[in-house]
Amino acid sequence: MQIIDVKGLNLFYGKNQALKNVNIGIERNKVTALIGPSGCGKSTFLRTLNRMNDLIENVRITGDVTFEGKNIYKDYDVIELRKKVGMVFQNPNPFPMSIFDNVAYGPRIHGIKNKRQLAEIVERSLIGAALWDEVKDRLNKSGISLSGGQQQRLCIARTLAVEPEVILMDEPTSALDPISTSKVEDLISKLKKEYTVVIVTHNMQQAGRISDSTAFFLIGEIVEYGPTEEIFYKPKDKRTEDYITGRFG
Amino acid sequence: MSNMGSSINKKDYIKKELFGKIYSTFCGLLIIVLTISIVFFIASKGIVTFTRNHVSVIDFIFSSKWAPESLNSNGTPQLGSAIFIVGSILVSLFAVIVSTPLSVCAAIFMTEISPKFGEKLLRPSIELFVGIPSVVYGWIGLSVLVPFIRKNIGGLGFSFLAGGIVLTIMIMPTIASVASDSLKSLPLNYKEASFALGATRWQTIRKVLLPAAAPGIFTGVVLGLARAFGEALAVQMVIGNSIKIPSGLLDPTTTLTSIITMDMGNTVSGSAWNNALWSMALLLLLISFGFILIIRKISSRRSMR
Repeated sequence: MQIIDVKGLNLFYGKNQALKNVNIGIERNKVTALIGPSGCGKSTFLRTLNRMNDLIENVRITGDVTFEGKNIYKDYDVIELRKKVGMVFQNPNPFPMSIFDNVAYGPRIHGIKNKRQLAEIVERSLIGAALWDEVKDRLNKSGISLSGGQQQRLCIARTLAVEPEVILMDEPTSALDPISTSKVEDLISKLKKEYTVVIVTHNMQQAGRISDSTAFFLIGEIVEYGPTEEIFYKPKDKRTEDYITGRFG
Repeated sequence: MSNMGSSINKKDYIKKELFGKIYSTFCGLLIIVLTISIVFFIASKGIVTFTRNHVSVIDFIFSSKWAPESLNSNGTPQLGSAIFIVGSILVSLFAVIVSTPLSVCAAIFMTEISPKFGEKLLRPSIELFVGIPSVVYGWIGLSVLVPFIRKNIGGLGFSFLAGGIVLTIMIMPTIASVASDSLKSLPLNYKEASFALGATRWQTIRKVLLPAAAPGIFTGVVLGLARAFGEALAVQMVIGNSIKIPSGLLDPTTTLTSIITMDMGNTVSGSAWNNALWSMALLLLLISFGFILIIRKISSRRSMR
């Protein structure tokens, strides 16, 4: 069973249909990349998986999305779901608090108060996000005082702290410089040992570098989905080939 | 031909530019000159109490013996303003302490809980409230609040409590609108990040948004405090104006602003009594400067982030 299974998903913003009959199964402990031109619906799709679209008015969804076999709307409380399906955003968005409080935020709101426990979780998460060595002596400094790449890794640590099973990433490196980008890409390759990663990216080279499977979105539909090597070297659909070879997008 | 045309336009243009520059410089200077003159004027009249009437500054601020018509054993008039200073401080603090939680909750409601209703109904109402003249607040306090307190709670009705309540209502729009602007200007990212971690709306508000908006909210509180401190008419109409430190909420008392309002017309210019009122005006001015400095310090720290 796939960790996330999507069947017949349609999404409407008011009268506008943003996603059309999307069917896809996300494999556990793999990195799945979602690629496609701007406005094709890949971010919208990503946000459906942890019900972030609930925050937007006039959104209507039909179809079935299941996480570990259970329907994310009918069988899950949204708070529970978001603990298990975390999200990292395009623009690093640490809270205006200390580094420690940023990472401890998730565990604290879910009820963990014990200081030693929190300290352990913070250390573990920062190590997991490859940031611990750089900040371990200044956990009390503001999260905003870090550089862009560090801030993004802080956001990843923050997400790891609630111990999700899936990490959704919405263009996580598009606002970062090349060095930070490659650090985050290395991190993603390591993360898949324990987590499942779904990453939206504009950068095809990135998708080629780090993902195991790739889905190509075009105008709200998945045109093709398969192992990354196939999509990039032996695409079945002409539209996929055109996009990969840069003829549009 | 075209050369001549363009040089005429250039002269015209330069004249207009110069005129605009001179005019705006003049207006700017005028404002500065007016402000400095007013400050100088108040300062010069306010110092007379200490220079000519030989009242010590310490006595003025800390003594509660206010008997401006009599002379004490040294031959100097008794002009201790401690009662008024305490009155102003206490009633302003009361207003701020009561008003801030109410205003912040109103701001949260306007920006987070019901933004549509908040924009359409609450915000215009608040802006309306700010425009109501203080004499109207005072009159409503006088005709409704004072009798209510007298009948249902006790005392004369004219009381510290009445002054505090009127001020609380007067400064609520100030604090609420600054607080809601502060909340609104927070980056949307914070909310998103918090929700994505599995927080509820109230957790997000309490643990992320309010702390992040705190500097702005604090500015609003200081603005409210400054307004409460400087409010004269509405307070004077309901606070009772008896010259003693209140021993309870229902006791009448006096503030710096209310005594100036009350005694202004009854004193002779140049008399010690009159000079003392000017000194109180100077004190009010200095305290207002203090508030402004605090606000500027908070704002500059915020923009450094």
